[in-house]
Amino acid sequence: MTKHPKTLLTIVTEAVLEKALVRDVRERGAQGWIVSEVHGAGREGVREGAWEADRTIELKVICDAPVADAIGEYVLATYASNYSVAIWFSEVAVLRPERY
Amino acid sequence: MIDVVVFFFLLGVLARLVKSDLRLPEALYETLSIYLLLAIGLKGGIELSKQPVAALAPQVLACVALGFVIPFVLYPVLRVLKLAGVDAAALAAHYGSVSVVTFAVATAALAREGIAHESHAALWVAVMEAPGLVAGILLARWSTRSAQGGGAGLRGGVRWGELLHDVLFGKSVLLLLGGLAIGALAGEVGTAPIRAVFIDPFKGVLALFLLELGLVAGARLAEVRRFGAAVLVVGVGVPPLLALAGAFTGAALGLSVGGVALLATLAASASYIAAPTAMRIAVPQANAALSITAALGITFPFNIVIGIPLYIELARRLA
Repeated sequence: MTKHPKTLLTIVTEAVLEKALVRDVRERGAQGWIVSEVHGAGREGVREGAWEADRTIELKVICDAPVADAIGEYVLATYASNYSVAIWFSEVAVLRPERY
Repeated sequence: MIDVVVFFFLLGVLARLVKSDLRLPEALYETLSIYLLLAIGLKGGIELSKQPVAALAPQVLACVALGFVIPFVLYPVLRVLKLAGVDAAALAAHYGSVSVVTFAVATAALAREGIAHESHAALWVAVMEAPGLVAGILLARWSTRSAQGGGAGLRGGVRWGELLHDVLFGKSVLLLLGGLAIGALAGEVGTAPIRAVFIDPFKGVLALFLLELGLVAGARLAEVRRFGAAVLVVGVGVPPLLALAGAFTGAALGLSVGGVALLATLAASASYIAAPTAMRIAVPQANAALSITAALGITFPFNIVIGIPLYIELARRLA
């Protein structure tokens, strides 16, 4: 079994951005993504997701490092000044690298 | 006398204040809100099937105009209260748009007092959701533009098509209009088999939903201190003034006592679902917590506990 290195990009932000973010990551070359609803707290305060307008999402993308960098940079520049955004990168190993 | 459903709201607030672990499952909240929207639409639609739809055009136009004008009137007032331009615009949009649950509580209060109202009032709710949001976005663009001395305005601009799509085909307008259409097409006889689900248990479901909203609003109450007196003045002071505007509009349209009370309630209500989402996307610089605290933490409880009885009394004198 051969494993291939890839980057897992995780973005946690306000749910209203989901549509725009999915568009952004696709435009920058991501082939797939996973969105899940989460709740928690950050520097901007608690986001407990109590009703529709208060939801938080976690968006995960596995891709090549340059694609992850491009997405991260764009998201930071576009949204971070006005929205709660947390971004991190992890190194992961995948099988079938062409899927990412 | 406080309507029984309002006690459920107060119970929710209390649960929050005493830090109870009570929490309604997300899926239930979602189900209840879908139910309420459909039921309100259906009820209106059944009545709609009994009258010529064209006759309603003046009412619909007046509702749209009222929703659109409210933010423009409110904006300068909020600026006087020292709110930043974008914050004033976003908050004004919340008041221009409407709260379906406040409307539902008002219909329940009218039913309890035996006051009849135009049964197609759900149509007013459906058409009053969007205009205030559009007005708020225009105000926000104008305020950032003038602050930057004729610059580009909001960074990146507004994707109007996408935004309008989200509001017009969003859950609330879609279900309200869908319910209205189904009710109108099926009529009294056609909807008889589903009455037991959609019409009769309405008030019980509303009570349960208000319990959940009490939990949510209770959490916002703690925020009031953070924003100080201005948000309190707005949250309590603005609704009665807007109710006057709604009541006069209703009286001018020749609505019944119940109709005037409902239009006053709609004008006084603030959106806490469609507006926060739309403003977050279109006016990201605005302080979302400020608007939510005013709309959901103060105005919503004020309206359902104190406002609605006042607006009904006002309607009695006007209509």
